[in-house]
Amino acid sequence: MSAVLEVRGLRTEFLTAAGILRAVDDISFSLSAGEIIGLVGESGSGKSVTGFSLLGLIDPPGRIAGGSVRLNGAELVGMTPGELRRRRGREIAMIFQDPIATLNPLLTVGQQMAMALAAHERVSTKAAADRCTEALARVGIPSPRARLSAYPHEFSGGMRQRVAIAIALLHRPAVIVADEPTTALDVSIQAQIVAEMRSLAREFGVAMIWISHDLAVVSGLASRILVMYAGRIVEEGPAARVLRDPRHPYTCGLLDSLPAATAPGVPLRQIPGAMPSLLALPPGCAFQPRCACATPDCAVAPEMTVERDRSWRCFHPAGVASERVAS
Amino acid sequence: MTEILSAAPAPASPLRLFWREFRRNRLATAALAVTVALALLAAFAPLVAPQNPYDLAHLSLADARRPPGYLGTGGYVYLLGTDPQGRDLLSAILYGLRVSVEIGLAAGCIALTIGATFGVLAAYAGGWIETLIMRAVDLQLSFPAILLALVLAALLGQGKAQLVTALVAAQYAYFARTAYGAAAAERRKDYIEAAMATPLGAGRVVFRHLLPNCAPPLIVVATVQIASSISLEATLSFLGLGLPVTEPSLGMLISNGFPYMMSGRYWISVYPGLMLILLIMAINIVGDQVRDQLNPRLRR
Amino acid sequence: MSRRYEGYLTVDGVSKVFGARLSAGDRFVRFLRRAGPAPSLRAVSDVSLSLPKGQTLGLVGESGCGKSTLGRIIAGIYPPSSGTVTLDGEAVMEEGRKVTTDVQTVFQDPFASLDPRMKVGDAVAEGPVAHGVVSRAGAREHVSRWFARVGLDPSLAGRYPHQFSGGQRQRIAIARALAMNPKLLICDEPVASLDVSIQAQVLNLFLELRRELDLTCVFISHDLSVVRHVSDRVAVMYLGRIVELGETERLFRRPAHPYTAALLDSVPRIVADGEALVEMKPIEGEIPSPLDPPPGCHFAPRCPRAVAECSVRAPLLREPGPGRSASCHFAEAQLALPERAIV
Repeated sequence: MSAVLEVRGLRTEFLTAAGILRAVDDISFSLSAGEIIGLVGESGSGKSVTGFSLLGLIDPPGRIAGGSVRLNGAELVGMTPGELRRRRGREIAMIFQDPIATLNPLLTVGQQMAMALAAHERVSTKAAADRCTEALARVGIPSPRARLSAYPHEFSGGMRQRVAIAIALLHRPAVIVADEPTTALDVSIQAQIVAEMRSLAREFGVAMIWISHDLAVVSGLASRILVMYAGRIVEEGPAARVLRDPRHPYTCGLLDSLPAATAPGVPLRQIPGAMPSLLALPPGCAFQPRCACATPDCAVAPEMTVERDRSWRCFHPAGVASERVAS
Repeated sequence: MTEILSAAPAPASPLRLFWREFRRNRLATAALAVTVALALLAAFAPLVAPQNPYDLAHLSLADARRPPGYLGTGGYVYLLGTDPQGRDLLSAILYGLRVSVEIGLAAGCIALTIGATFGVLAAYAGGWIETLIMRAVDLQLSFPAILLALVLAALLGQGKAQLVTALVAAQYAYFARTAYGAAAAERRKDYIEAAMATPLGAGRVVFRHLLPNCAPPLIVVATVQIASSISLEATLSFLGLGLPVTEPSLGMLISNGFPYMMSGRYWISVYPGLMLILLIMAINIVGDQVRDQLNPRLRR
Repeated sequence: MSRRYEGYLTVDGVSKVFGARLSAGDRFVRFLRRAGPAPSLRAVSDVSLSLPKGQTLGLVGESGCGKSTLGRIIAGIYPPSSGTVTLDGEAVMEEGRKVTTDVQTVFQDPFASLDPRMKVGDAVAEGPVAHGVVSRAGAREHVSRWFARVGLDPSLAGRYPHQFSGGQRQRIAIARALAMNPKLLICDEPVASLDVSIQAQVLNLFLELRRELDLTCVFISHDLSVVRHVSDRVAVMYLGRIVELGETERLFRRPAHPYTAALLDSVPRIVADGEALVEMKPIEGEIPSPLDPPPGCHFAPRCPRAVAECSVRAPLLREPGPGRSASCHFAEAQLALPERAIV
């Protein structure tokens, strides 16, 4: 299947008083229609900035410093703001963690959806209402016609997120970037939304980038997983294989840190230390100061090692014979 | 044992960061320099002023109402001219500045203390105490401060203490309102709940935790209110309700010269007036910058 | 009311009703309109439980279930509307005032629970000095000892909270609570706002200190895997009521309440089942508003087992099996289901 989204060597920087902060450093991946990939990392890993960069939503002092983002063959990096705006919402859409911040509290849900519709299409009021009703029904909102005239505050957190998803789906975009869309929700509601999103991706062939700190949520949803650390992808591969048989010590550490991975009451296998500041990255591999496998080799930044359908950025990958793997 | 975590080297103190940002605004820095200079002039007026305007022995009615640059009988040049009593206007302005700053600061600080205490107390205690204090404050805020000050100054009579009392009564409500707003927001934060859960006494929670965290908005209001105390005092003195004639403030100097404005002897009113404007503008510019820096909503 | 439970920590018939706070004006308008009593929210409804010394009780549930409110009542922050909380036979609160220092709390958000304008060392020393746990002269040493114990360099005591990361702040908050030498520690979602790798560090610290100090704990969390890891007993709450209570491992393997079972099903897990990963099963419907809970069993509208009776008669908390309490008419049937594999 051909890729709807092709990202190559994407770099995003922020100019700060203390120097250039490289939030996203040389990220490459591709996404085909109907595929869901999980972009996993802890806070400060650059996963959200990656999402914003894909939509060209980086404002000064930040800038996309290099690389390429091709959406349906069109290059987004370097596109004028006007052209970007025409594609945003119609070809690529974003869902955020906090739907209350993205919905206007003064307008009814129907008005906001009609506005989103009118941004890219000319539709009659009646046709717009029908389309919006249909969109709300699709994301599982009960009595959607009546709910069009409700205000955002009249919805629960989970329902608001469904509205945000419905708006994102209005134009049937090729790609949806979802930034921690279920983090603020209760587990029972999170499970509903995840199930909903999965069936939407299947049904409409929408490709999705699911950004999350939670490996477990991503595991139930994504076919491929990208693990980010300090602005770079450290491991990438099919979800089941990355989770069952991780290569990068950071991925291993994340999985081991989960309470479910250890018998109750027994100390968890923790990763020591904390994510370094992006302004003061250690030389070589950024994970090296926290890594149990680190050797003097790690003072040089490792390149991506590719092995069939997966890759990692480490000299001492787990689960591979301990000889140094040439890149 | 978990490993000993150490943080990065200590960054610059908050005060230093504040000053670094403040300095970036040149106008505000200049205004701060003017404010400090005027405060110093006021504090050391007796040493700086060429003449003691209160010392009747040095005054001669022959020198009254002379224009700037006039060479007086004592062989002394009156740089800014003289007033109707034959006082050196420059000296009179410096002494007047001293009185104005003194009263403004005293009124501002006392109003801050009383208002902040009331406001924080209302927010912390809640219930009928809150209702009582805040309704009283709202009621007072519905009258213009100048009206209240006028009435009080008229009732209490002349004198520094009376004037400060009138100004405090007119202005504490602004501090109370601000302190209440800040404290009501802080009160709901976890660290106050944590302090109460220890449990720590009410006094400690209020004075060690609540009050310091309400300081930023109070500092902003304080700078504005000191400026407004000074202008309020000038207004009252101009209207003859402020200080006795023996201690002329800037407002009274303006008032003294007012009858002569139309006869071409502009300097008697204009120079004290300019001084008053300079002082109030400088304080307000400093206050604006402080507000911009302390208000997180205006942060870029 | 007679004591139903006796334990080291005893929560007896505790309820908490939050009345809508009305201003004088609102009251006047309500009076003119002859409106009835102001709307009230029953955040905690007649909760009784007990906990032996040295054990940890996990309090789980989704938002609005009242777990945080119950935690704050046990911690002596909120006075209960009715009922009592006693620790080692002594009341935690009397006449709406906390009268003990034996209960201390660690809050969820370490960015909000430390006074931004107080040096962290002073924050740790403040309570112990105020209550004579340590003399003013000995405060420095006390702080240094606790800093070292929670894995922080004691030389950092002179810094302000904003100079620390989230994980470090949570260590400081733990040091502040433990510096009071409490007998009972309430942890209200202490790791919810931390990254996974930092969460593991803080959980390990918690486990280690609990063992060394022989602490009794109430651990509140929405994260079932975290609760399962740290607790001896678990109480599951739904809309202000305890729906199930029991020994952790057995409760997770054989839940007696359909809500517990459904909650366990909806938790995302990393499970390798052949090639595909097992998917989570959502619970139907929304969490009802606690302002207007459904009649009868609050869970009935979402419950796969519900019958007509459930919406009429609220099930009482009873013992369907040894050492287990559950409030469901079908608890026995639920318990008889095969044991769940938990990974």
